[in-house]
Amino acid sequence: MNEAIRTEVLSEAEAYGAWQQDYAASIGVDKKVVNRSGVPIQPIYTSRDWNSKDHSADLGMPGQAPYTRGIYATMHRGKTWSQRQLTGLGTPSEFNARLLEVLAQGATALSPIPCNSVFRGYDMDESHIELLGTCGTVINTTGHMDRALQGVDLAKISCAQNDPTPFTLLAFMLAAARRRGTDWKSISGTSNQSDYLSHYVANHMFFRIALPGARRILTDHIEFCNRFLPKWNPMSVVGQHTQQAGATPAESMAFTLCTAIQNAEDCMARGMDPDQFLPRFTFFFDVSISFFEEIAKFRAARRIWAGLARNRLGAKDPRSWRFKFHAQTSGVDLTRQQPLNNISRVTVQAMAGILGGLQSLHTDAYDEALSCPSEFGARIAIATQNVLREEAHLTDVIDPLGGSFYVETLTDQMQAQIESVMQRVQDAGGMYKAVECGLVQGMIGESARKFQQMVDSGEQTVVGVNAYQVEEDSSARPINARPDRDSMQTLIDEFKAFKVARSQSAVQTALDALARSAGDVKDNVFGRVVEAAEAGCTHGEICQTLRREMGFGHVQAIV
Amino acid sequence: MSQVVIPKVLVTKIGFDGHDRGSRVVAAGLRDAGMEVIYTPPWQEIATVVKLALEEDVDVIGISSLATDHLIVPKLMLALREAGLNDVAVIVGGIVPDADEATLMEAGVARVFHPGSSMADIAAYVHELAVAGRTQRVVV
Repeated sequence: MNEAIRTEVLSEAEAYGAWQQDYAASIGVDKKVVNRSGVPIQPIYTSRDWNSKDHSADLGMPGQAPYTRGIYATMHRGKTWSQRQLTGLGTPSEFNARLLEVLAQGATALSPIPCNSVFRGYDMDESHIELLGTCGTVINTTGHMDRALQGVDLAKISCAQNDPTPFTLLAFMLAAARRRGTDWKSISGTSNQSDYLSHYVANHMFFRIALPGARRILTDHIEFCNRFLPKWNPMSVVGQHTQQAGATPAESMAFTLCTAIQNAEDCMARGMDPDQFLPRFTFFFDVSISFFEEIAKFRAARRIWAGLARNRLGAKDPRSWRFKFHAQTSGVDLTRQQPLNNISRVTVQAMAGILGGLQSLHTDAYDEALSCPSEFGARIAIATQNVLREEAHLTDVIDPLGGSFYVETLTDQMQAQIESVMQRVQDAGGMYKAVECGLVQGMIGESARKFQQMVDSGEQTVVGVNAYQVEEDSSARPINARPDRDSMQTLIDEFKAFKVARSQSAVQTALDALARSAGDVKDNVFGRVVEAAEAGCTHGEICQTLRREMGFGHVQAIV
Repeated sequence: MSQVVIPKVLVTKIGFDGHDRGSRVVAAGLRDAGMEVIYTPPWQEIATVVKLALEEDVDVIGISSLATDHLIVPKLMLALREAGLNDVAVIVGGIVPDADEATLMEAGVARVFHPGSSMADIAAYVHELAVAGRTQRVVV
């Protein structure tokens, strides 16, 4: 009988067996496939691997626990995601001009990036001028913040602050809002870099104050924001840093969930009600180019978090169970070689995030592996989101990959992988203890090294790097704009004049109160930071005062 | 002199940036290649790097720069010369735009490694630099 026109219907088992034979005969060498998180990947998935009848309780409908299919009933079919691009360069005035342009292009929320000197907790007059404003905006005072956000109605536009403990930039924004007469209750946004644990283990630049102090201030910050800024998300638990530093997607998700537990339990130890602070917890992740793995990572995490919030943390309000997250496409996957290829990488990463059910997205500029993103690169990154949202029909159906034998099996397997890493962290005494003893840092370093070895050996192909290389014309690469040295010098001169002209006694009183609050657990350190900002204290002065009292943020050197 | 040279390398970061995946991976790679590696956390002062290079008698200094910190590498080169460390080679790895690379080479940097460089290439080059540096010292 001719195979091609065979019409009789095979039973499922017969069909599977026949396929197995065909496959074995045709494939030749069957290469072992393992995803970045270590999950072995089969050539095909069927109802033998995942059967909807047995698993409907693991899924629920969108907006229903355990939220595997999404945290809202409408998901992207209702409201798409916030387009929140990181922006920042030069002086506050230069930044403001760029900001207004980004808003005009379709950005719906802001995410200003401060200069690296600000991240390290220094003022501009303590820094090498060569490094000021090269990767972000110099903001050292309430006046700088006010100028940076000129023309932005803080009651209408959500403005995240990428600023770690002690949250000086949020304090400057609140002080500026008060000057403008904007009601704090109307201000929305997120403290994007509130996760001191991820800074300690991975993005060290943001780690300003030693661990115990950072831990105390974070809880103060959550308490303050819950009380005075009802629309503000004070806690963003960050997986992005650990994954960029080398953790696998499963490891990075596990570390993030353990961090969320740690922070929540710290709040509860202070007598706070989980249903008050958990609805204002958000998460922030990296999306790599490992497409299905990332989608499964997000679907699994929603399910795990719903269980943790409900059972372990005892939250009763469904808003506490919802796993809201922002995602950023992975810069580590981008290449210097043939940089325009990065546009396609970012597109695939962004699609994984969207199909994974994100609430907010930053797409990287294609030239990130060459320089800080050029304006041209940043424009294409925004356009990529516009194309995906408006043209690709990705938002028509909620959780379009739900029910796929593969995606559902992988979601289960990623969940198991994540939970096994979480167990290691919990066995070490929870996230705080696990980073104190270096366990997490060691795992990240090991995974980073393994990945590099896979690229070096050619086991992992990277187009343009270890395969498909071409001769490249370096003149085609984008030219990187650097901040104007003269306007930076003018800003430094203005800053010095400001420090002389302000009320010295008000500054001193505020810094003294801040120093005292560090030693008084009944006081709220972040409340004192806000007062200091209103009294005219600078970023460097606030950070220095707290570092003196609570210790400098040094990190462990682990290779 | 044809004895086996075991290079001594300082892998570090100056300036404000804290992204240390690159420096950690390279430090581990050089160590795996049999070299003696001194690794520091990010944010070292230029004076500290010079002091470490002097006290530890390193052959090569590797500076990792992911967020424009290489813009102060010319200041480091000057400080090394002032300390009499002319025979210590400096390499830079990370995200360095072409125009900056030219400036760094003019300032005396031996080579800039960009993203996508292989560990084997980096190790081979560091070895070469160490051999050249020691020959130079013997001649002097």
